[in-house]
Amino acid sequence: MTTPTARETVLGRIRDALALAPAPDTVIPRNYRTGRTLPDGERLALLTDRLVDYRATVHPCTADRTAEVVAGILNERGARRIGVPDGLDERWLGAYDGEVRRDSADVPAPSLDALDGVVTASAVSCAETGTIFLDGSPDQGRRALSLVPDLHVCVVDLSSVVAGVPEAVARLVPERPTTLISGPSATSDIELERVEGVHGPRTLAVVIRTDA
Amino acid sequence: MSTFLGMPTAPPRSPYGTGHLRGDRTFPEAAHDELRNEQLRRNLGRATRTIRTKRLDVTGELPDWEQLRDAGSAIKTDTMNRLPELLEQLERKVTERGGTVHWARDGVEANEIVTRLIRATGSSDVIKVKSMATQEIGLNEHLEAAGITPYETDLAELIVQLADDRPSHILVPAIHRNRDEIRQIFLDEIPGVDPDLDNVPAHLAAAARAYLREKFMTTRVAVSGANFGIAETGTLAVVESEGNGRMCLTLPDTLITVMGIEKVLPRHQDLEVFLQLLPRSSTGERMNPYTSMWTGVTPGDGPQDFHLVLLDNGRTAALADAIGREALNCIRCSACLNVCPVYERAGGHAYGSTYPGPIGAVLTPQLAGMHAAKNDPNSSLPYASSLCGACFDACPVKIDIPSMLVELRHQHTEQSGTTAEKLAMKAAAAVMSRPTLFTAAQKAASLGRAVGGRDGTVPRLPAPFGGWSDSRDLAAPPKQSFRAWLSSAEGAETMRAAAEEGAGRTADTPEEDR
Repeated sequence: MTTPTARETVLGRIRDALALAPAPDTVIPRNYRTGRTLPDGERLALLTDRLVDYRATVHPCTADRTAEVVAGILNERGARRIGVPDGLDERWLGAYDGEVRRDSADVPAPSLDALDGVVTASAVSCAETGTIFLDGSPDQGRRALSLVPDLHVCVVDLSSVVAGVPEAVARLVPERPTTLISGPSATSDIELERVEGVHGPRTLAVVIRTDA
Repeated sequence: MSTFLGMPTAPPRSPYGTGHLRGDRTFPEAAHDELRNEQLRRNLGRATRTIRTKRLDVTGELPDWEQLRDAGSAIKTDTMNRLPELLEQLERKVTERGGTVHWARDGVEANEIVTRLIRATGSSDVIKVKSMATQEIGLNEHLEAAGITPYETDLAELIVQLADDRPSHILVPAIHRNRDEIRQIFLDEIPGVDPDLDNVPAHLAAAARAYLREKFMTTRVAVSGANFGIAETGTLAVVESEGNGRMCLTLPDTLITVMGIEKVLPRHQDLEVFLQLLPRSSTGERMNPYTSMWTGVTPGDGPQDFHLVLLDNGRTAALADAIGREALNCIRCSACLNVCPVYERAGGHAYGSTYPGPIGAVLTPQLAGMHAAKNDPNSSLPYASSLCGACFDACPVKIDIPSMLVELRHQHTEQSGTTAEKLAMKAAAAVMSRPTLFTAAQKAASLGRAVGGRDGTVPRLPAPFGGWSDSRDLAAPPKQSFRAWLSSAEGAETMRAAAEEGAGRTADTPEEDR
């Protein structure tokens, strides 16, 4: 007889435990709020309120003004060299006159530290919690790109903003590498005093396109 | 060992003498010293008060908070009932997506697996995301002994590590340090730090950012824990605030995640419950700044070598306890710490375990046992509570911590054999069941008045009851017992008068007021 592997042992222990202390089947009550919808104006107001609370900056605009608003944010922050995911709509950068580097997997992640900022799209946003979901789609890029630079300009279409967490989770593709962002990075580790900006981007600017 | 003939055996606890699931002295002994630390009490009082208020604000604004708690509780209970199939499913999904799954019977085995995996990369440094599981098994100490340097990257864990200290809170491990102490730790321990560094939290955080930035950019291996592992999809999730988690989960070539087997969740949909329960309960935020979710390996994005270590270390022993298994439902939010009057005063170190506070007082004995040695410090943990029930009210997955504490006290008493208390109770039972003896004993007790002070209290009892009177005064016994008084002339007269007064009132009271 061979010695059982750790896997066999642990699974065997679990079965033993469940035999020693059997428990009845559990029914999961899911009568919390799901499938909620809110009018455009309310979703915009709620998301804006939450983002401002997290000390992100919010820039609502119509889709035709995207390039102008994006360039305005980058210039105001003094970002002269930015990175973008390979699949980002190039028209969004039409009004920006700084250097634009299109990202690819073979760019070593540490070299992203030399960028002043990054511009990405987003997959879904949750109004009630002020959370933006990035899922690694071509217009959002790999995770390192939206992490290493100190300024993240994120474009959110109002049509992709949902009311609550269940509505947002339902829109995700589970297997994609997904990042949930609720404001700039923060810590409360020193005497519980909130400090914005530790390792992630210290500035988060959200462009909400109200007709897209 | 599992069994072969269908006879289940009780699974073993976390091996004695390994990891950080047992202090070196009992809770009262440790708390006695901690209570003298005024800095600690001030910091803790302020911090727990702040988080309590924030938590109530953000949980109160959700009209379906109670329904979410019910769902969270039921999902966890269902998970524990189906643990074998869920873990096998998780393993299959992670493997399909290019990850490698390892199983560890205990902390020692997990430490060995992680060390071997790091060695295989050729790296002698590793960056770490704050993780309770790796703290529990003492991974850092093990790595250091093996010549590998672990760098904690969470700000509070960094403070604790640089000061060669121990975490004192699940969520804010350096809650016992103030800004001046942290400034001094940074000045002493961070190479090349600005000597003019002041004590402003933003500046201290900036110093940590600068120090760790270089580690993030150059270290090729990271170790993390996991908040959730989704069986249905093989997705793992880490919930954090600072972005150090994103750095560790994204930039290195190799990622090793150590996850307790109880962290598995059945469905991706279940995240809709826990992503609401966890941040609101733990930091009192509507959502934590960052959550990362990944499934195996994604070509061109993040670590291309991913390992998941599934850890038992006493969890199956807890599962075998019909009442104690509920402790496995914990999602490590720390809400119970922040509402606990005992934790607020004694602090996390007094519990001697990685898991402090009310949940620690039940989880630690479940994982590591209470009777592994003579006077096991863990046997004092179930008594580190006033049973006020605040933890039960605050728990997002409705763990009935007070009932579990009572059950553990019962188990401890059953195990403890003959004690002075047991003998005293036996004697009391014998006396109380014989009226003559009882009356005689009461008469004898009134002699105890002699030891009472002028205020009618007995400040200190003789051994073996001295411990009880350390923090309490006992009222001196009365001159005579109630029974003696009742059968006296004075007693009979008082009772007669009261009866007459009562009868009179009944007659005068209008009908509708009765």
